[in-house]
Amino acid sequence: MFIGHFTERPYQDPKSGYFGATGKSIKDLTVSNDIYDPILGSDLYNRYLDEKIYAEEMGFDGLMLNEHHSSPFCMGSTVNVEASILARITNKAKIVLLGNVLPIWDDPLWLVEQLATIDMISKGRLVSGWVRGTARESVAHNSPPAYNWERFQEAHEFIIKAWTEPGPFRWEGKHYQYRYVNPWVRPYQKPHPPIMLPGVVSRDSVVWAARQRIPYVMLATQLEPTRQSFEVYKETAREEGYEAGPQNFGYLWKVHVDETEELAEEVARKFVQGPSNPFNAGNEGTANLALNKLPGMTSRRKTLPTAQVATANRGGQLSRSFEDQVDDHTIIFGTPKTVIPKIRHVLEYLRPGSVFFWDGDGAMTHDDQMRSLRLMGEEVLPAVREIADELELPSSFEVDPKTGKKFDVMEPETPDEIAATPRD
Amino acid sequence: MAGEISKFEVQEIMIPEGKLQMRIAGEGEPLLLLHGELGFPGWMGYHRTLSEQFRVMAPSHPGYDGSDRLDWAMHVSDIAGVYLQILDDLELSGIKMMGFSMGGWLAAEMAAMDPGKFSKLVLVGPMGVKPEKGEIYDLFLNLATEFLEESFLDPDSVEEYATIRPGEPSPEQEELWEVGREQSARLAWKPFMYNPTLPHLLRRLKTLQTLIVSGKQDSIVPFDSLRIYNESIPGSLLSLINQSGHRPEIEKPDDFLKLVTNFLK
Repeated sequence: MFIGHFTERPYQDPKSGYFGATGKSIKDLTVSNDIYDPILGSDLYNRYLDEKIYAEEMGFDGLMLNEHHSSPFCMGSTVNVEASILARITNKAKIVLLGNVLPIWDDPLWLVEQLATIDMISKGRLVSGWVRGTARESVAHNSPPAYNWERFQEAHEFIIKAWTEPGPFRWEGKHYQYRYVNPWVRPYQKPHPPIMLPGVVSRDSVVWAARQRIPYVMLATQLEPTRQSFEVYKETAREEGYEAGPQNFGYLWKVHVDETEELAEEVARKFVQGPSNPFNAGNEGTANLALNKLPGMTSRRKTLPTAQVATANRGGQLSRSFEDQVDDHTIIFGTPKTVIPKIRHVLEYLRPGSVFFWDGDGAMTHDDQMRSLRLMGEEVLPAVREIADELELPSSFEVDPKTGKKFDVMEPETPDEIAATPRD
Repeated sequence: MAGEISKFEVQEIMIPEGKLQMRIAGEGEPLLLLHGELGFPGWMGYHRTLSEQFRVMAPSHPGYDGSDRLDWAMHVSDIAGVYLQILDDLELSGIKMMGFSMGGWLAAEMAAMDPGKFSKLVLVGPMGVKPEKGEIYDLFLNLATEFLEESFLDPDSVEEYATIRPGEPSPEQEELWEVGREQSARLAWKPFMYNPTLPHLLRRLKTLQTLIVSGKQDSIVPFDSLRIYNESIPGSLLSLINQSGHRPEIEKPDDFLKLVTNFLK
């Protein structure tokens, strides 16, 4: 089991008036950055980095970051900058990017170089996820939505080639062309940093991930449609001649732990009290229908079982209540004692090898997050690891999703062996 | 409705990568009509009237309505090249051509590539040229219904408004609009709805009689785009129809048809 920590890094500014359930609802891409307070922004960026350091200290395996543009719900518009900082200020945890928005890069060689640099500085701790991005990302960087999927696939192929094959080489693709590909930084990890694919909607993406044997992470979707979407992956895997296992699946959902049940509930309710977030059920804000219909962004027919739910959620304010989410386990809160069996339920239901606890979001304060991280580290993570062992849920770092076989555990060489080995 | 539909026939035009739908009606000199960004708008009053004088040829462009998409075509000029090949195959030359909105841009590209193939050119509210003042309405960041509403000055006064923008569009209609928007986005997402080199290429149209027309109150394509078309095409005529938005052929059909049929004679 691989356990990661995630927050959207919301821009929390009660005085802006845009504070979700406790303020004005946000219609996506309609809030001017004129209200941006740089002092507050600076404090928040540093706070979220501090929380990642503490998450590592408390035993999380992964520090997950995501990227969105031009919206207050997620301050992470340059995920590689945050990852670069984590590369240097953390030591052990993997830096999980879920992920870079491939299609919006007109020059993916920058990604080849930036990500390899992060892998270098972190000494091989980068997990490099890709996303197609939402409509707002394509709008913000004016990337053609109708070619989003083609650009995604071509950029992926290009990046993997640039990471794995010696340069220089030329690339003459449909969307990207280079006359001299020979980046003077190569990934620390061989053959290249592991890839993950997160998503909620696109069937194309799941099928593609399954064909490439890339682990797929479902983001805060309801349990049954998530299981059905994993089935799409599994069916594709069978067509490809392999059995997908827990190492091929990840799941992210909201988990908050606190000192008492009362406090846990009070704080968990803050999930839906921050700036409106189209992905944060219960506080999605007002749907921008034109964004939902950005031409060509997603195949109009090839969506997943989760898509219906994901888009239904974006139909307006508070479309899925806090209570509904608690009932169906997409929000879990409580003391360590009450949280652990609920997490067990999710693990049994979905059988993911990787999980990401989405916490410290909405209107939660730094203190709220730190208490939860501490209790997770002290009690929840060890218990979850035991449950995962019992349920046999290996992560993609224990069982290679490319082969379905356990990774070889390299025993460190003894001094005698080192001395006996001829060296150049 | 059935009676009206029977007034034109639908032919399939074969091209190497697929087929296009072409609606044909009337007798006389060929008049090629090129639809705009949402696809073929339906057989409207102006189609009927024009088909009384001309052999109206109204195709659906590749990727719109029932016409096959060409995956390689990423620019309006690519579609222009395809149509010129089709005209070659049909052995048509010296014909009249009229394009609406994005179809006006397409017509201008075709004419710039092969001005000798055409005898008269009418550009109706043409997109395709970057205005120095104002901006072309962003139909990709607005819904099809919003775009259509913005295309008329006074919807209440428009007889065919309910046809072009039904109060409750059918799922089939919504799907056709989305197909059209997607194909338009494939061709003109960036730069949005213009070709920066087009004004320089339009000088070749000096021997082609050209009429540029739109509604005086067009809030989709700024007047400045029309001005640049007018200045770039030597000898072209520019005419604005009073009390009309972007779709004078539907909002003021009588004024529009009087103007264009007079020009096309």
